[in-house]
Amino acid sequence: MLFWQVIKVAWRGILANKLRTSLTMLGIIIGVAAIIAMLSLGEGAKKQVMESISRFGTNQLKVRPGAARLGHVRTGSVENLTMDDAEAIEKEVPGIRSISPSAGSMGQVKYANRNATSLITGTTPLFMEINNFPVAEGRFFDETDIKLMKRVAAIGTTVKKDLFEDGPAIGEEIKIEGQTFTVIGIMSTKGQTSWFDPDDQVFIPVSTYMRRLYNQDFLNDINIQVENYEDIPDVKKGIERVLRARHRIPEGVESDFSIRDFSEMIATMQKTSQTFSILLSGIAAVSLLVGGIGVMNIMLVSVTERTREIGIRMAVGARRRDILRQFLIEALVITVSGGLIGIALGVGLGASISFFGDWETVITPSSIALGFFFSVLIGLIFGIYPARKASLLDPIEALRYE
Amino acid sequence: MGATEVDVLKGVDLKIESGEFVSIMGPSGSGKSTLMNLIGCLDRPTGGSYVLSGTRVDEMDEEALAKVRNRNIGFVFQTFNLLPRESATENVELPLLYSGVREPRALAVEALKEVGLGHRLDHRPNELSGGERQRVAIARAIVLRPPIILGDEPTGNLDSRTGAEIMAILKDLNAKGTTLVIVTHDQAIAAHSERVITIKDGVITSRVD
Repeated sequence: MLFWQVIKVAWRGILANKLRTSLTMLGIIIGVAAIIAMLSLGEGAKKQVMESISRFGTNQLKVRPGAARLGHVRTGSVENLTMDDAEAIEKEVPGIRSISPSAGSMGQVKYANRNATSLITGTTPLFMEINNFPVAEGRFFDETDIKLMKRVAAIGTTVKKDLFEDGPAIGEEIKIEGQTFTVIGIMSTKGQTSWFDPDDQVFIPVSTYMRRLYNQDFLNDINIQVENYEDIPDVKKGIERVLRARHRIPEGVESDFSIRDFSEMIATMQKTSQTFSILLSGIAAVSLLVGGIGVMNIMLVSVTERTREIGIRMAVGARRRDILRQFLIEALVITVSGGLIGIALGVGLGASISFFGDWETVITPSSIALGFFFSVLIGLIFGIYPARKASLLDPIEALRYE
Repeated sequence: MGATEVDVLKGVDLKIESGEFVSIMGPSGSGKSTLMNLIGCLDRPTGGSYVLSGTRVDEMDEEALAKVRNRNIGFVFQTFNLLPRESATENVELPLLYSGVREPRALAVEALKEVGLGHRLDHRPNELSGGERQRVAIARAIVLRPPIILGDEPTGNLDSRTGAEIMAILKDLNAKGTTLVIVTHDQAIAAHSERVITIKDGVITSRVD
């Protein structure tokens, strides 16, 4: 029997029981859709991590006050990181390219009758380089501004939009927490991440922040750029040694600060997407298994119902392997059709996840190939037993079957 | 087509010549169905031998038997045994599909015209009368031009007039050289044949030659 004739016969068998067949396909559809969605999420997370790395730079470390806690709970009131700490790190730890201490808190910013609540960040000029966050217009403050504790500010694009709309901003005077500052620069647009808008920030010299604005001695973080990505573990150890000595923390006691790097952030992102992937692959595995059993069940019913047909086919010359092939291909047509629908559904699911959620999803040809492969595999595994049973029928018994 | 010799059941010895029309009669359970299945290569004898066209069928494997059924034997059953979802043409195409014919439709249509069903090509079995169904079955049996037609009560489910029409078709085939073997209860049908074999308890009890 020619291949297309076998396919035609299989299609006829399937179309004769549309509802039954589509219900049988459901498990395969869900399973394959889950595979496609899972892989698109995984790929999307990978892409997002790569983008974050290129946006923020990989050589970055952040020292923050307060012990590292699980689940990102950070106590904001810890006041133990000082300018002296930052200077000590710069002097004593090798492998550091640049260091920029900064302090920040939410504060009110006013221009004429407009006002906004933004993050006021006191920092140093190196902040721009470390965070890969340059000014787009005007200038950032320099060492002289810091030394003289000048009241100058570089504003993020969100702040610019809130206060000035499209009007000119540079040279204008704004009030930060009631004090008058001159706008000297506008930052480039960094783009919002899911939890924080870096463009809704006002940058002022760290000395001005600490002495004139809030009169505080502690920092919120110290941004550090290392020379080489590979040195990160060594630099982290160095910082730990210096700060533990300065803070007089005895052996065996937890540090009162934490050092975060991107490998940690990447790990967090990967872990989240991994959890999701495990969940989805669980759904995929279960529904493919249940779907496969459904296919086997329906094929067994079909073989019983068509016992006489099998007898007739054998009487007119069908060999056992012709019968085997017919029923195996029928099972494959069910699972592959289900698989194709599942692929379409999975692509749609991936698209809607990135449309409605914060997740990025990427559909790769290899994930579609894998979905297709699984639908073929399930058809073969669960179709072979019923097909074999059909092919082993005794033609005389089969012809007599009512 | 050479001689056909069957040595079956309880030491039964039977020889059917090419081109003969033979009827097999006997009560239920007499062993005539088994004889029929053996002749039709649906079954193999547990002992003895069956020579078809000079070939030992009892020594063939299942694959070879399927080929013999496909090429050498056309079955006509009492209950027609058509595939209910397929049209008349597709039913007749069935043996052609298993013999690897690439364009089966033309041959199937030709066979259907031969049995007078040229106007019923795309009808399904449930849209046809009993006589028409049996004609489709005959078309299916002859489409590969096998040397032997086996009829298992071919008129058993038909009224006498339709039965006579079917018998006329079968006799016509026999007249053109096809060996015809028919199992029947009906004396009137058996009367058409050249030779009647009566079987009882697995033994041939009479031959009318």
